[in-house]
Amino acid sequence: MAENHEGEVKLLGFVGSPFTYRVQLALKLKGAQYEFLEDNLEHQSQLLLKYNPIHKKVPVLVHNEKPIIESLVILEYVDETWNGNPILPEEPYPRALARFWAKFIDEKCLSAVWKAASTFDEKEREKAVEESQEVLQILENELKDKFFGGEALGLVDIVGTFVAFWLPAIEQLVGLELLTSEKFPKLYNWSHEVLNLPVVKETLPPREPFFAAFKARLESLTPSK
Amino acid sequence: MAGESLTLIGFWGSPFALRVKWALELKGIRYQYVEEDLSNKSAMLLQYNPVYKKVPVLVHDGKPLAESLVILEYIDETWEQNPLLSHDPYEKAKARFWSRFVDEKCVPAVMATFSKGGEEQQKAAQEARENLKTLEGGIEGKRYFGGENIGFADIAIGWLGYWVRIVEEIVGINLIDKELMAKLDAWIDDFLELPVIKECMPPRDKLLNHNKAFHKLLTSSST
Repeated sequence: MAENHEGEVKLLGFVGSPFTYRVQLALKLKGAQYEFLEDNLEHQSQLLLKYNPIHKKVPVLVHNEKPIIESLVILEYVDETWNGNPILPEEPYPRALARFWAKFIDEKCLSAVWKAASTFDEKEREKAVEESQEVLQILENELKDKFFGGEALGLVDIVGTFVAFWLPAIEQLVGLELLTSEKFPKLYNWSHEVLNLPVVKETLPPREPFFAAFKARLESLTPSK
Repeated sequence: MAGESLTLIGFWGSPFALRVKWALELKGIRYQYVEEDLSNKSAMLLQYNPVYKKVPVLVHDGKPLAESLVILEYIDETWEQNPLLSHDPYEKAKARFWSRFVDEKCVPAVMATFSKGGEEQQKAAQEARENLKTLEGGIEGKRYFGGENIGFADIAIGWLGYWVRIVEEIVGINLIDKELMAKLDAWIDDFLELPVIKECMPPRDKLLNHNKAFHKLLTSSST
């Protein structure tokens, strides 16, 4: 089948962002050609204002000049537009479960980890660490195969790269210990399997831009003495 | 369909359960409805939705699903009559985007307007108005989000209309300006008048009283 609906594909994103990354990974998995336009969080670029004037957020996928926003929405769009290497299962029930768990990671995992990493109040931080561990335990219990998607990467694994790559980076930055092989053996192994896949290895961003942005955000939150 | 069992666990006042009801009714799907007492959650609910312990939960042939937008997509993919989502990936993306936009942006702002006071409330109301105005843009001059007929986004968002009006009445703050957001206002009226939509809705005074009680609870428990 001709890949002629490929047309012109641009991805506007921020290097180091887990949300931008998941789209890059999906496009790479599908063998889709695209132009990466780097946005800078400091100054809203002209491109961003052009393609996402109302919400002003990256990532934005622009396909034949039509913008699509919200990373999970983009991932579904990519899966529907490019054939091969399906990101979502074919049957409705497993598809629904994949969507459920992807949403769970975004809504529960990211916020819990961010809170644990950025809260200065010790009691609050303890609570957030506990919450993060509960979330990781739920994921640990859910993981039944090599990947959440089965034998190959799926939507949940793609969204889960936050846990595999960004979580350890955050742990290192702030001195937290969340994802350990003792507490979460399956999830720990999974994260290494994911990071060792060539398609993931080749596309992971350098850590520095993320570290810099993360540190900057932490600093902006530091309570003034 | 013979041999198939379909149960919706919900709460009469839950807009998220209402979304699922609307989808099932629109598609003419037969199901069993189970009313959940949220102050005393059943073992069944805890078994079927251990992660969030919330309604709605759809149980199809023993397989449970939670999260209303996930359930809507499942319904649309399993029962193909009266499709909610377009076949076109870009149109799908737009429908999905606006549905999430409501949940992630509009609802928190309206909720804050409902539960806060003083300056915080004014700020939240302003934010809610901006978000609602943005939402109006999603209608794109059509009759409904879905075009000539209602679709996924209408089902996902439709409840916001009646809820915002109830909030406005209880807190005395205008959120949907009839002049500045004429299109959104018209869409709400149009949508809520549709027979299949109207039939599923709980009576307005019951909802109003329920929300008044909820408001009292929220505003009296200030730390």
